Amino acid sequence: MSMNVSYLYSLLAVIVLGLIAYAGAAIGLEALFGIVIPYLAVLVFFLGFINKVLDWAKSPVPFRITTTCGQQTSQDWIKQSKIDNPSTTTGVIIRMLLEILLFRSLFRNTRVEIKGKTVAYKWVVWLWLFAIMFHYSFLVVVIRHLRFFVEPVPFFVSSLEAVDGMLQIGLPGLFLSGVVLVGAATLLLLRRILLPKMNYFSRPADYFPLFLIIGIALTGILMRHFTKVDVVKVKELTLGLASFHPGIPEGGVGALFYVHIFFVSLLVAYIPFSKIMHMGGVFLSPTRNLANNNRMKRHINPWNPSVKIHTYEEYEEHFRDKLKEAGIPVEKE
Amino acid sequence: MSEVPKPDELIENIDHTPPEEEWEKIESPITEGRFSYPAKGKNLEVMEFRAPGEWSPKDEEWPLPDNWQEIIHEGFKERLEKYRSLKVFMDICVRCGACADKCHYFIGTGDPKNMPVVRAELLRSIYRKDFTTAGKILGSIAGGRSLTKDTIKEWFSYFYQCSECRRCSVFCPYGIDTAEVTMMGRELLNLLGLNINWIMEPVANCFRTGNHLGIQPQAFKEIVDFLTDDIEEITGIKINPSFNRKGAEILFITPSGDYFADPGTYTFMGYLMLFEALGLDYTLSTYASEGGNFGLFTSSDTMKKLNSKMYAEARRLGVKWILGGECGHMWRVINQYMDTMNGPADFMEVPKSPITGTVFNNAASTKMVHITEFTADLIRHNKLKLDPSRNDSYKVTFHDSCNPSRAMGLLDEPRYVIQNVCNNFYEMPENTIREQTFCCGSGSGLNNEEVMDLRLRGGLPRANAVKHVYEKYGVNMLACICAIDRAAFPPLMEYWVPEVGTTGVHELVANALVMDGEIERTTNLRFEPLKEEEDESDE
Repeated sequence: MSMNVSYLYSLLAVIVLGLIAYAGAAIGLEALFGIVIPYLAVLVFFLGFINKVLDWAKSPVPFRITTTCGQQTSQDWIKQSKIDNPSTTTGVIIRMLLEILLFRSLFRNTRVEIKGKTVAYKWVVWLWLFAIMFHYSFLVVVIRHLRFFVEPVPFFVSSLEAVDGMLQIGLPGLFLSGVVLVGAATLLLLRRILLPKMNYFSRPADYFPLFLIIGIALTGILMRHFTKVDVVKVKELTLGLASFHPGIPEGGVGALFYVHIFFVSLLVAYIPFSKIMHMGGVFLSPTRNLANNNRMKRHINPWNPSVKIHTYEEYEEHFRDKLKEAGIPVEKE
Repeated sequence: MSEVPKPDELIENIDHTPPEEEWEKIESPITEGRFSYPAKGKNLEVMEFRAPGEWSPKDEEWPLPDNWQEIIHEGFKERLEKYRSLKVFMDICVRCGACADKCHYFIGTGDPKNMPVVRAELLRSIYRKDFTTAGKILGSIAGGRSLTKDTIKEWFSYFYQCSECRRCSVFCPYGIDTAEVTMMGRELLNLLGLNINWIMEPVANCFRTGNHLGIQPQAFKEIVDFLTDDIEEITGIKINPSFNRKGAEILFITPSGDYFADPGTYTFMGYLMLFEALGLDYTLSTYASEGGNFGLFTSSDTMKKLNSKMYAEARRLGVKWILGGECGHMWRVINQYMDTMNGPADFMEVPKSPITGTVFNNAASTKMVHITEFTADLIRHNKLKLDPSRNDSYKVTFHDSCNPSRAMGLLDEPRYVIQNVCNNFYEMPENTIREQTFCCGSGSGLNNEEVMDLRLRGGLPRANAVKHVYEKYGVNMLACICAIDRAAFPPLMEYWVPEVGTTGVHELVANALVMDGEIERTTNLRFEPLKEEEDESDE
């Protein structure tokens, strides 16, 4: 099999990075991996994220290039598709919410197949399903982790935890979100590796974040259920970070924790420079965040250039005799 | 023109399995039937573009200027600063693959570089290397790629294998619009003087003469006279449309394809008959005698230059508003660009139908109404006497022309019109209509003979959907609202579904239209007998 195996490089990179953190913590570099790198990562994230969004915002949207998916606003007896072809801000907001919260476009996905002499289309839900599982479980995991950064633990975090752990498997209870996150990320990864089309255009930059996230989730699960890390000490460290009084707890928290926090730091710092910036960019996509009211309201292009046009006068100058001959009125006889 | 295989052979040999090698390592083939001929110097000179002299895409060395890399870099940078869309689309693609099999050129060719994600990646890889921190440091690991002469060949090949139909954008979770990427890619190629003639000749003609085909004013009038003779023969009514008439209420603009060749001419006759039946106070213009805008496929500035004539002529003639004919990218330009580029059109009034009194508030700013909006309103208000049985020989399906359907959402108006002028209307499968419609395969300047192989392949998804309704319901007529469709479909149908003809919506309207004082009609607009066809359909 000589298929594209670039994912192996990403896998290798993540393993090596994990070993570095593991070894680093073991030889006494806890402060580097537990304090310095997390702070740096958060700093890079904020500066990078803000910089990227400002950079996007700096470029204007000269034209309204909405992509619509439904009937335009027309006469009142023709039913407008108010969400898919919005002509008002409210419509746009609903359209964006459906996109961002429910991944509506992915839900539309079809697969094409040529069967004999027929081109057939099949509705396929897998990408939508894996993507929505992945994103929501990730969100739940992130919210759950607030417990480590705030004291007292907010009500919504505890409630979410209760729901997340409701299956009550094992002790401490297994969180569904962690399992779903690993599962969905793995499915997305397998999709990329096993589907020839996906494999064809996938590159290290596509695999690396998936391996990293799987690494984060796996180290988290390992710590909670297998190495049984001392949660009180972990919280001491993370609260220290959050309150800007950082310190490494007496007696240490185990090297696996440093692998976990190193992976998280890498991911956080990586976001602004990678495709994960889609989390910010989706709000700025001009095909989706504009109302299709182009013919109703004038939209201004800030750099609208003045161009040389072929004026009617020039045209008539050129064709006057022919116009007159054809009996078409002219400006100058 | 290259040899095209038989339809069965073609479809059976489409292989969607991508090669094992990475796309960056595969040299882009420049093969007969898949590339358009370069623009001729005379057409480039009219538009004051770089004219690189005689060359062919098959040449080993392309005529690039010495500082071509600098030109591309500066041009790219300028466009990133001018278009947020480009910047965002370069940054946020996650390569989820939702678009991969949505492009008609990919479906028909199986060429993986025709997957929208890869097409965009051709540009994106250069962007990463030259304009992003990660790409500058990590290079190919971050998906960056150096700009080489082969990159330029690849761009030329694949940005001219995209009809900018935007179907992929519908399925993209971020609305990444490959048309926007392709447009930028073509603008960059244009900076190097690498253009195709089938775009540049219409552009140059349109700039000089007013229309793509270079039809001069007296010839335009002669053509219209000829068509009115046909109308008189069929209906007994002599029509005398006016040209460049000041003080007309409405300026009517349609693509020149409509008065250039069949079956567009029947649609044009349809417009004239409708206006005559209404007693509409309108005029045609020889100066703004083109609705279509091939500038859209060249550069934003060129599009603006060509589009400027519409408002300029409306102002000169003092019309109240503009009515526009059935055309695809004409409406893309009107909907998305015209008012911004060449407005405000405050010298006109908000369009109001003189027949029904309906105010077209959805065109309050552009002052331009689509003819199917106008006609649908007439029918709704019972202002037309219609005899749909005159279209009984036709079993009709409707092709949503990409630009009006996806950029505007003009979906129900043409359907309403068709259903009122025809007794037999059948929809194609839902994955192939409305916003999910498939391109004719010949849009955005790819309607030339030399890319017939590409056109037949690109048109396969559309043709296959037509074939479906042909087999299921006996559909024999494909209606559309685009002049490029009317030029592209006859050869496409001839190849894939030879039993199906092509028509504009207003040809069907005119067939059904009962005009005051008309003689008993014995033929439709194509001079096909009405009676005999009826007998046939009774069988």
